Formats: sequence, structure tokens, C-alpha cells
Amino acid sequence: MKFKDHHIISTRNFSREMIDHILAAAEKMETIANGEQRSDLLAGKVLAVLFFEPSTRTRMSFETAMLRLGGDVLNLGSVDASSISKGETLADTIRVVDGYADAIVLRHPREGAAQLASEFSRVPVLNAGDGAGHHPTQTLLDLYTIKRESHLDGLKIALAGDLKYGRTVHSLCYALSLYGAQITLISPNELRMPEEIISDIIARGAKIIEVDSIDDAINDVDVLYMTRIQKERFPDAAEYQKVANKLKITMETLKDVKHELKIMHPLPRVNEIDTKVDDTPHACYFKQAFYGVPVRMALLGLVLGAIE
Amino acid sequence: MSDIDTELRVRRIENGTVIDHITAGKALNVLKILGLPDSSQGVVSILLNSKGKYGQKDVVKIENRELKVEEVDKIALIAPNATINIIRNFNVTRKNKVHIPSFVEGVVECINPNCISNSNEPITSKFKVNTEDTNLKLRCFYCGRVISENIAEHLL
Ligand SMILES: Nc1ncnc2c1ncn2[C@@H]1O[C@H](COP(=O)(O)OP(=O)(O)O)[C@@H](O)[C@H]1O
Ligand SMILES: [Mg+2]
Ligand SMILES: [Zn+2]
Repeated sequence: MKFKDHHIISTRNFSREMIDHILAAAEKMETIANGEQRSDLLAGKVLAVLFFEPSTRTRMSFETAMLRLGGDVLNLGSVDASSISKGETLADTIRVVDGYADAIVLRHPREGAAQLASEFSRVPVLNAGDGAGHHPTQTLLDLYTIKRESHLDGLKIALAGDLKYGRTVHSLCYALSLYGAQITLISPNELRMPEEIISDIIARGAKIIEVDSIDDAINDVDVLYMTRIQKERFPDAAEYQKVANKLKITMETLKDVKHELKIMHPLPRVNEIDTKVDDTPHACYFKQAFYGVPVRMALLGLVLGAIE
Repeated sequence: MSDIDTELRVRRIENGTVIDHITAGKALNVLKILGLPDSSQGVVSILLNSKGKYGQKDVVKIENRELKVEEVDKIALIAPNATINIIRNFNVTRKNKVHIPSFVEGVVECINPNCISNSNEPITSKFKVNTEDTNLKLRCFYCGRVISENIAEHLL
């Protein structure tokens, strides 16, 4: 499978084979990602990191992925100090930066920005989030976490929280549908997954169950994927509190769960997972954050043609 | 040519193009999409709510210019039943139906205000046209947002 010189804009049109290929490549990167082994796979290569919006984790994880593979990183620095604040278009920025680097990682507040960048760039563009659009490396690291900590085949997963606006959850569902997963959706009525998305993922092979409390689903699933509910989505604080309290994981919630249950969260969390849960074997969110590194290493290796 | 007599409140043209069977009320939008009359030297006349075999329709007549089917196809987004008639020496010498294109560039504006195509970038809007359902849908190539209603209101 050839990924050399490909842009990574969205996983929406990825086949199961493509995903499996990336996840297999990530597995080989793990010992380098955790520092056990050294690598100079990408020595002499330069990655430009253009973040037009703050995001420490995704940025650091891309940077460490590049550094662990012996490559170098060029950072945009603060947007205020760059020519963007003077009104330069993204298209121009990309046409300049592609002359300085072998690949570009882009985070931008507008939907479609990565697609635009790929049209102007002579080097591969990796989308690190475009507004409410796509965030393919998050989806891939979520899948990788499920593969490593649980299993993708015959998976029973529950997704809880904001399923209406959360792009992370939407993309993950599209990808999981390729594996025929049984997906339980847990959300307050105001934040239900949009009907078009549900019918899309059913058409692609997923089984969907909708419930409105975690207790109705948690004892039966292999993975519980928690997300944050934003206060701004609710008319008042009381309404928000009511919903937030219903979608909370405590030791009590975990009383009758499967021994192998894994709890994931894209982080940062607010209070949807009690910190006491962190010490249980179910907690898997920090591992998940680490898995972003081997996944991004694999993608960089693939698009730069250092691995196949 | 039965309806010619009644329609000839507008002068017959010797050479040019007649766009017939435009969905009633959409003639001005058709002109907008085609950049008419700016892009044409000759007279452009329009008939609104003209009586046709299948109810009311609009008609646009463009003198001294033969429009190509490909350049007119994009009007199919708002007037899917339109026909393009090439007139030579006062007679219809060629008639084609418009075809709904599978991809349109620079015709419609994305309805997502946060879409990159609505910023000052040097790109034109692009949409994939979906005709699977009975009603036509345009999916923004950049942000994925779907326009399924009132396409005429979003013309660039
Ligand atoms: N010389 C002409 N000048 C202006 N309009 C014309 C001319 N000849 C035909 N038309 C118009 O072009 C359209 C197509 O003509 P025709 O093929 O005769 O009709 P139809 O498609 O209804 O069978 C009709 O709206 C007709 O009025
Ligand atoms: Mg007629
Ligand atoms: Zn758009």
C-alpha cells in the first residue's frame, strides 16, 4: 500500500485495509515512541508545524513523533508574530512553507483548511484539525488504542457525552462501522448524534443502540469512550449540571462492569471521570494520549516514503 | 413551433440561443449563472411565466451567441428541465437538454460561514452534486456541508 506523498486530510474515505495498514505500521513504532529504541528513519527530514489555533497536545505529539524518528521540526511560533496577522492567505503561507519543509502539519480554525492547503502544497499535508471538520490523527489513535487495549473485531463500544457536535466521535463511528462494531450512543436528548450520521454509519455496517444513561450500557461493553460536554451548549448552569451529573464515571458506576472494560477519553477531561478511576485497570486515557505518538510516527514515515 | 406566435411579443431572432423550459421564476437566476447579459454583445430577452405545454415556464433568448451545452449545464442546478436551442437563420438547428453536472465550481457559495471557501483565499467554491435522492444536494468539497434547499439563494 502506497502512502508516499499522500495528504492525510480525513479518514472518512479510508478503507479498512488502509486503516489496518497504518495501525500495523504504528505498532512497529512503539518501542521507538517510548524511547526504548533509537531511530534515524527520518534523519534529514524537516516537518513544518503550522498551528493557527492553540493545541498543546496534538502539536507536542507530532513534534515528538518527528524528533523520535531523528527528523527536525520547524514551528510557526505564535500567530501574532508571523505574517498571518498581516493578512497573508493560507494559500500563500503554504506555498512559502512547502519550500522549507518535507511535510506540513496544519491546525486551522476553518473547516476545509487542510483540503485547501493540500491543493497548494508540493509536500504532504497532515490535517491536525480544521475547525469543526476533521481530525484524522485523533481518529487513528483512537482506533489504535482500541486495537492495542481491547479489540477491533466484534467490538462493543459505548460513546458518551456530546455526540451532536463532537467531530471526534463522528469520525470514530465512521471508521468503526468498517469493522462492524456494535455502538451504543449515550447522550442527553439535546446532544444526540445527528440522524444523518446514524443512518450513514448503519449503512456502512455498524449496529447502533441509543440509551440515555451510562448505567444502561456500561456492563455490556468492551470500551467506554467518554467525551466532554461543553457548558456553552446549555441555556443555563442548572441544566448543564443536571446533564453533566448523569454522564459521570465514578467507582460506583464501575461496580458491575466487564473485567476487561477500557475507558477512553480524548482529554482534557473536566469532571466526567472521577480521578479515583485513574488507578483502576479500566483507565486507558493516558495510554491513549501516548498512542498518538506511534500513530503519528507511522503516518510521517508513510507519507515521507521512509516506510511502506 | 406552435407557441412561437404567442411568444412573439419578443422579436424572433435570426441567430443565437434560446434556453427554453426554465423552471418558472428562475430566468433571472439563469442569467446570473451565465454572467449574462455582461458576457454577450447581442440582445438578451427574457420571458417570465410563459405558458408552456407543462405549465408555466421562463425562456431566455440570446442573440448572436451560441452557448455550448457544457457552459449551460450548471443552470441544471436550478432549472433541470431546461433545453438549449441553437437558432440559425431563424430556425432551431439543434436542441439539447441540460445535464446535471456531477461537480460544480464557482457557481454556488457554501452555506457554512466558517468554511475556508468563504474566506479571502484564492480558491473558488467547489461542490459535489448528489442526485441519488429525488431532490438535488450539493456537498461542499472543502467543508462537507450539504445544501439541499433553495440553491438559487446561494448563487455566487
Ligand atoms: N427564431 C426564433 N427566435 C426566437 N425564439 C425562437 C425561434 N425559433 C424557436 N424559438 C423558441 O425556441 C424554443 C424551442 O423551439 P421549438 O423547438 O420550435 O419548440 P419546442 O421545444 O417547444 O418544440 C421555443 O421556446 C420557441 O418559441
Ligand atoms: Mg415549446
Ligand atoms: Zn464549505
